[in-house]
Order: sequence, then structure tokens, then C-alpha cells
Amino acid sequence: MLAFTLRRAIQAIGVMIAVGVIAFSMFRFAGDPVSQMVGMDTSGAERAAIRKSLGLDDPVVVQFGRYIGNAAQFKFGVSYQFRLPVTDLLMERMPATLELAVCATIFAMVCGILMGVYSALRRDSWLTHIFQAVSLIGISLPTFLIGILMIYLFSVTLGWLPSFGRGDVVHIGWWTTGLLTLSGLKALIMPSITLGLFQMTLIMRLVRAEMLEVLRTDYIRFARARGLTTRAIHFGHALRNTLIPVITVAGLQFGSVIAFAIITETVFQWPGMGLLFVQAVQNVDIPIMAAYLMMVSLIFVTINLVVDILYTIVDPRLRSTVSRAH
Amino acid sequence: MTEPVLSVRNLQVEFASRRGTLRAIDGVSFDIAKGEVLGVVGESGAGKSVTGLSVIGLIDPPGRIAGGEIRLAGLRIDNLPPEEMRRIRGKRIGMIFQDPLTSLNPLYKVGDQIVETIRTHLDLSETAARRRAIDLLAEVGIPAPDKRIDGYPHEFSGGMRQRVVIALAICAEPELIIADEPTTALDVSVQAQIISLIKRLGRDHGTAVMLVTHDMGVIAETSDRVAVMYAGRVAEIGPVQDVVRNPLHPYAKGLMGAIPTLAGDDKRLVQIPGSMPRLSAIPRGCSFNPRCASAFDRCRVDRPEPLSRGAQSVACHLYDPVSAETAA
Repeated sequence: MLAFTLRRAIQAIGVMIAVGVIAFSMFRFAGDPVSQMVGMDTSGAERAAIRKSLGLDDPVVVQFGRYIGNAAQFKFGVSYQFRLPVTDLLMERMPATLELAVCATIFAMVCGILMGVYSALRRDSWLTHIFQAVSLIGISLPTFLIGILMIYLFSVTLGWLPSFGRGDVVHIGWWTTGLLTLSGLKALIMPSITLGLFQMTLIMRLVRAEMLEVLRTDYIRFARARGLTTRAIHFGHALRNTLIPVITVAGLQFGSVIAFAIITETVFQWPGMGLLFVQAVQNVDIPIMAAYLMMVSLIFVTINLVVDILYTIVDPRLRSTVSRAH
Repeated sequence: MTEPVLSVRNLQVEFASRRGTLRAIDGVSFDIAKGEVLGVVGESGAGKSVTGLSVIGLIDPPGRIAGGEIRLAGLRIDNLPPEEMRRIRGKRIGMIFQDPLTSLNPLYKVGDQIVETIRTHLDLSETAARRRAIDLLAEVGIPAPDKRIDGYPHEFSGGMRQRVVIALAICAEPELIIADEPTTALDVSVQAQIISLIKRLGRDHGTAVMLVTHDMGVIAETSDRVAVMYAGRVAEIGPVQDVVRNPLHPYAKGLMGAIPTLAGDDKRLVQIPGSMPRLSAIPRGCSFNPRCASAFDRCRVDRPEPLSRGAQSVACHLYDPVSAETAA
């Protein structure tokens, strides 16, 4: 088990170095950052001085080594646009994005699993047909459109919920949270639903398909022949077997929830990393873009690792094959 | 005579399909007494498994019991409400399925599955149920049951898993066990062990056993009586020695002729020409008539009803004195 975890961790580091190469090459291919930073009338000597102060005149390999070394310590240089360390900028924005992503995922998991189980067990109920219709909408309408429609309905027409921002936030150390104030919670509702809707429909469809599949298996038939209650069969035996693939998908989707947050954050002017990234793209602020890329990859890789480990906990078969294989 | 544990009368099972209703079981009747093993043989699709499933009430839609009666120790069970039937399943009727590799839930320890079943049917505490589970595993011949009880199904071999399945089927002391091809998925040396285990359990507990199989060897070894099924009907039923040594129905004769003997005379095994009709195309009259060497006019028109011949019962016009004259 330890050897397995260690091996996966080494693989993860390999992936991160590969991402580092891509992030670093952005600096080389996205034009000359110096000319982005300075005005038309800056002299050549001044440009060279800036170039030197940023270390842009060193050999490529040295620059890459420095970049990776710094990245490993979470130092991503200074933003061209804000003239502030990128790490500080990202850390300041991260709580907002993580809170949004976690709420969206919880919303997606809870509703998706409940709706999926219900529609698998009551295949012909009218509620199932409604769920199916909702999931079709969720899967086919783009995120920003749903966000804008919700703003129109709940903010503009009904005036129940704020249309943008995080509301009042509370500082706990360096972390800022909107979960402890009423306005913060209200501000979280619509962005979470917008961001989680796609995942919710995905999870619902997955749970439904898996559940129907599991209900046809021999061990469910045998469980019925043993006279177990329907409740024990559905929720004890079938659901647990259903949840294995759901954990994987939901886990991996958490990475894309963070990545997709860019759109939701833009629609709701949510002060998170995604919004920072969009502004960075507009201003060709490469240190921020590169750091964002590294961050998102790190999150993806970490989630992958955690999902692999969780898998072995849920499924005893993997546990023993893993320990036998090493 | 005491009441049989299981009594099936004129059972009919239908499957609704897009092209009309198919009758999978058409007028099957048999009894199983306490402690008796009834073997049910026939080709694939003869309705053996469907008969077993309808007794335990697990026919899945679109299938349904369309007629007849099933009685368990006198109590009619074919029309019970689902919740009452559930209480009977596992408690009064145990079932063993064909494939032990897929019968157990892979995510739960075998002990948890046994304890769960025991506690569903019997009013026992967790520890008492666990003790009983260990005893059961010992009874079905699992070595070191107090350790193996905490194993997961994938840690058991096929034969051992079938033993666990049997332990699950008998954990509430059922009056009847339905074993649906319990040895088909196992290799031959393990088959014999499982068969003698089922036989011993039936004897020790006085349990009636309905043993569904297409293996005549298994039947000859285990059963007291045998029912030969063909196209959803019972062709012949009787004590196992009589039916094996002196089969009456032409189909039963064909089946017995197809058993290889160890005596090893090099004669080719008898083969029954043709194949069983599909449910949508069962011929008029006797459903076996297109494949029967002794068929005569009446077989193509009239459906034969069971006739008593000593301890055996056979559904064939050859044994009806009325038609015997016309045939001659």
C-alpha cells in the first residue's frame, strides 16, 4: 500500500515537471514581455536593464531550472500587470475559487446521486421524467447562459439573490470565507448551481446507468433470493457498488470544476483565480497564466492520486491485488 | 401420507413479448416430500430454471405466473403479496444459483453477508448471528471458518464460494432448497464434493431439495425422484432408478441413451435428432412429435396428458390404451 502510494506520487511529480515545461515555454512563445510592460518611448538601455532585472537574458536552461526551482517553492515571479508576487495574488484569490468549487461539487454529488438513484429505482415515475428533462437541459445548455438566466430571474426580476461578488467575507488567518455571513451564503447559491449543474447531470446519468447495471447482476438476484429487504438490497448492496465509478468521475471532475470556474467567475464577477486568469489573458500577464496552469495541474494530479487511494479503500479487491503486486 | 413440502399444480408461466405472449411453462405439476431430492433435467430452455424461479417468486417482468398453484407445506405462495413472499425467501426456501463467482457481493466480507441474511430472518444479536455464521461455514466444509468469515469473496476459490452460497441458502433452516445448476460452473472434482454436501444437508436437516441440472450423472447420484422436462412441460416423472433404467417417454429414452458409460463399448452415443422448438413455435399436439421416432397421427393433433405407469408418470400417447389400438 505504501509502495503503491509512493509510486503514484513519483509519477505525479513527473507529470508536474512536464507541465512546468509547457508553462515555462509560454514565456518564450507569447511575445516579448518587456515590450508589453514598457511604453513606446523607453530607451534600449532601459529595456535591457529591465530584461536583466527579470533574468530574461540568461540561457534558456538556466531560466527553466530557476523557474522550476522557484515553482517548487510556490514562487512564480512577479505579475507584469500588478507588479506584485503572483503567489500572493493567487493565494488571495484561491479561497474564493475553492469555496465555490467545493460547494458546486457537493451540490452536484448530493443532487446527482439522489436523482440518479431515484430515477433508476422508479423508472416510470413522472418525477423521473422531470429529472431526465432537467439533466438534458443541464448537459446541453452552456454554463454562462444558465448563469445569466438565473441572474435575470433571481436577481433582476425577483431580487432575491445578489447578481455579483462574494458578499461579506470573514478573514480566518490568510483564508477569507463567505460561508459565515448571510450575504456570503446568498452570494454563493447561484454561482454554485451554475458551476455544478453540468457535473450534477453527469453524476445523475452515471449513477442511474450504473445502478440499473448493478441491479441486473447475479449477486443482487441472489440477495433477493436470500429474502433481504428491498431497502437493504438497493441501499446496502446496489448503491455501494454503484458509487465506485461515481467516486472516480466526481473526483476527476473536481479538477474541471476548478478549471470551468473561469466562466462562472466571469459571469458572476466572482473574485477568484479564474477571474484573475481571464484578466491576465487580456493583459498578456504571462507569470499569472503560467502559475495558474501549474496550480490547476497540481490540483488535477493531487485529485488523481487521492482518487486512486480512495478506490483501494472502497474496493477490497483492489486492496489485496495492490499489496500482492508489490 | 403427510403433506408434501412443495406442491406445484398445473403451473403456467408466460412472458409478454412484442410478438405476443410466450408460454415458457405450460401445465407443470410435481410434489417434493420432506427430505426428498427431486432432480429436474432437460435441455437448455426446457423451463427448468423458470420453474425454480417461479417457486421462489423471482420471475422478473415481463414474465408472470399465469395459472396453477404453488403450495409450500400447504400454504399457497404463488399469489402472496411481495413483502410476505420476501419473508419466505431465504427463510423457508433457500436458493443456490449456478455461478458462485458472481453470486456474492464482491464488496462485503462473506461473514457480513451471512450475518445480514441471518438477522433478516431470525431474531438474533450480532454476536449470536456471527457465531451461527461460523458454525454454518464449518458445516458446509470451509476450513478455519473463524478466520475465513472475515474474508472477501475474491479470496475464496470457486468451490469454496459455492459452499459459502450454500451456507447462505441454509442459514435460516429452510424447508426447501432450490439448487439451480449448482455444479455447472465448477470443475468435476469439486462438483462431486458440492453434490455430496447438498445431499448430506438435505438428509441431516430433512430439507426438501429441488435440483435443477442438465447433468444426468448428477441426478442419478443425488436424486430420489427425477422430472424430465421438455418445452415447458414435464415429459416423465418418477423414481430415479426407474426413469434411468427404464425410461418410458421417447424423449427420456433419448436422454438416457446419450449418457456415456464407463463400460466403454465403442458404440456411438444415441443422439436425438433436431433441436427443441422455440417458445414461439411450439408444434401442435405433443411438442416432441417432430423429433420422435415413434410419433403417429394422434401425436400431431392431441396434447398428451400425464398417465400413471406404476411409480412413473409419463405424458405420451404410446401409453394410452385408447391410442395404442389406433397406432397398432
